[in-house]
Amino acid sequence: MTIRFDKLGVVIAAIVSYAAFAAPFATFRANRIVPGEARSILDALPAAAGPLLLAIVVGAALIALLKTPLILRLAASVVALAALALLIGVSGSFLTPEGNTFARISPASGFWLLIFAFTLLLADVLTRLNLSPWARVGVLVVAAAAIGLLLVSGSWNSLSILKEYANRADSFWAEGSKHVTLALGSLAAAVISGLPLGILCHRVEKLRAGVLNVLNIIQTIPSIALFGLLIAPLGWVATHVPGAAALGIRGIGTAPAFVALFLYSLLPVVANTVVGLAGVPRAANDAARGMGMTDRQRLFGVEFPLAFPVILTGIRIVLVQNIGLATIAALIGGGGFGVFVFQGVGQTAMDLVLLGAVPTVAMAFAAAIILDAVIEMTSTRRREAQPA
Amino acid sequence: MKEAGVKAWLPSLLRLVLVVLLIAFVTNPGWFEPLLKPLTENNAPAIYNQGSLLTLTLLHLRTVLIATVAATIVAVALAILVTRPAGVEFLPLSRSLVNIGQTFPPVAVLALAVPAVGFGEKPTLIALFLYGLLPIFENALTGLTTLPANVVEAARGAGMTGWQRLVKIELPLSAPIILGGIRLSVVISLATATIGSTVAARTLGEVIIAGLLSNNLAFVLQGGLIVAALAVLIYDGLSAIERYTARRMGQETA
Repeated sequence: MTIRFDKLGVVIAAIVSYAAFAAPFATFRANRIVPGEARSILDALPAAAGPLLLAIVVGAALIALLKTPLILRLAASVVALAALALLIGVSGSFLTPEGNTFARISPASGFWLLIFAFTLLLADVLTRLNLSPWARVGVLVVAAAAIGLLLVSGSWNSLSILKEYANRADSFWAEGSKHVTLALGSLAAAVISGLPLGILCHRVEKLRAGVLNVLNIIQTIPSIALFGLLIAPLGWVATHVPGAAALGIRGIGTAPAFVALFLYSLLPVVANTVVGLAGVPRAANDAARGMGMTDRQRLFGVEFPLAFPVILTGIRIVLVQNIGLATIAALIGGGGFGVFVFQGVGQTAMDLVLLGAVPTVAMAFAAAIILDAVIEMTSTRRREAQPA
Repeated sequence: MKEAGVKAWLPSLLRLVLVVLLIAFVTNPGWFEPLLKPLTENNAPAIYNQGSLLTLTLLHLRTVLIATVAATIVAVALAILVTRPAGVEFLPLSRSLVNIGQTFPPVAVLALAVPAVGFGEKPTLIALFLYGLLPIFENALTGLTTLPANVVEAARGAGMTGWQRLVKIELPLSAPIILGGIRLSVVISLATATIGSTVAARTLGEVIIAGLLSNNLAFVLQGGLIVAALAVLIYDGLSAIERYTARRMGQETA
């Protein structure tokens, strides 16, 4: 029997051996601003845990390196990721001196590289397993539950990012809900006005090029400029339109951010509606007409359901983009997780940046997976329905 | 007929006007002061006065250019790698990675790059590079995997080596699609580079942020408009190159 190597496994094993033996596992800082001191795996963990983690990591890397069954690779990546997640918390409590509230322990490059390597392995296994949309959402739920459990159990509480959170727990949730409101609210507004606009563009050819060009140009205006430019008109509306100020419309804050996100969201929604409707097979439309369906019946009964997956793709683009762009709202006082990112950049406190960036990335990631699954479900249903 | 004639040259005329206005604005912003003055309050300056707009525009373009060239080289090389027999194992994984990568917000990438490389141009270059990789890689992959099978077969039948096929057939044929990815990447980068000024990179974002901080709408507007004009013009220019290469490819394969 000859030993055969897996090509991706070679890459993973190389990353793991560097990360586990040459790179620091955790960083110790006497307070949140000073530069840190690096600690390797063996220094960062209690006597038995260090060698145990090294053994797990090396074992999992070996499984990745050789050509092994998928199920074994899946187990190896999950075990390694779970061990890393648990032990970084252990390292946090181990390195924090008794009763010291200023010291900050944060995961260092070695930890992140190990996480990256085994996530790569996990992603590869999941890709090769070719999971159904439901199963992918299931994996996401399990992963989210595991992370939630670790957070609730308090095993990460000694890590720096959660210390930043503990200092700002209230504002974290307030900014978080603002972030979600901005991203989802502007998406809802864009769908409500973008769909009719898209249908109109589909029906009235003269409008199409003009509308799409204007929306295209809006996309080229840099986000921070668009946010800023809306301050003046909305300020004017607030002072001159009776009742507008009472609705929360102001020049600074959430209103211009909301409008800017809405404007950015329109193009993908409108363009995908137009493309989706244009892709409806002529035969389907003719059949519907032959059956004596009215224009409205045809729109809702035939064209819309058939164009739905394409429209959903536009909505996916918008949602992921909005979750990311909402961070910029913080620059004009619109709130959201960007508040922590920009505060952190200003104070050069990276843990604070992470406190804003990690939930943003996690939300965007989850939104992408869920919507991808929904898109796949609707388009397979369509394909199954077509021959019938 | 007459109407068609007007329609044909109108876009070119508009583009020319835009180019002239843009050049005039960045070289002689003083000429436009009366236009922007009504947007300021309390006698604030109407034209950005903490640096030359021309220098900032050139620095902005330089940042985008460096990031795009690096992203193009890496993305095309990766796409070539995963479409060769030796790298085909990586193809599905690379597709999922590209998908995952696109969910990372640019602000997060920018802010997270700061501890690694410090403030200034470097974190901006990293964010633009990473963000620019994705559309180019995706398009290069589409281009290289959807080549007409008969052409590739014919090249193999003619006894071309793998390298010859790549350089003479596959890359030229997928060039228009790859260019489309580069165009998308450049437009995204032009806008994203402005965010780089939040970590002290010298781009046109500096003008916009100065405007936001001092509540000076004229600054926000001029910074935003220059970037938007650059994006529109570069988008148009690259589209023209794309059409040109597509036409040439069409003729050569015909």
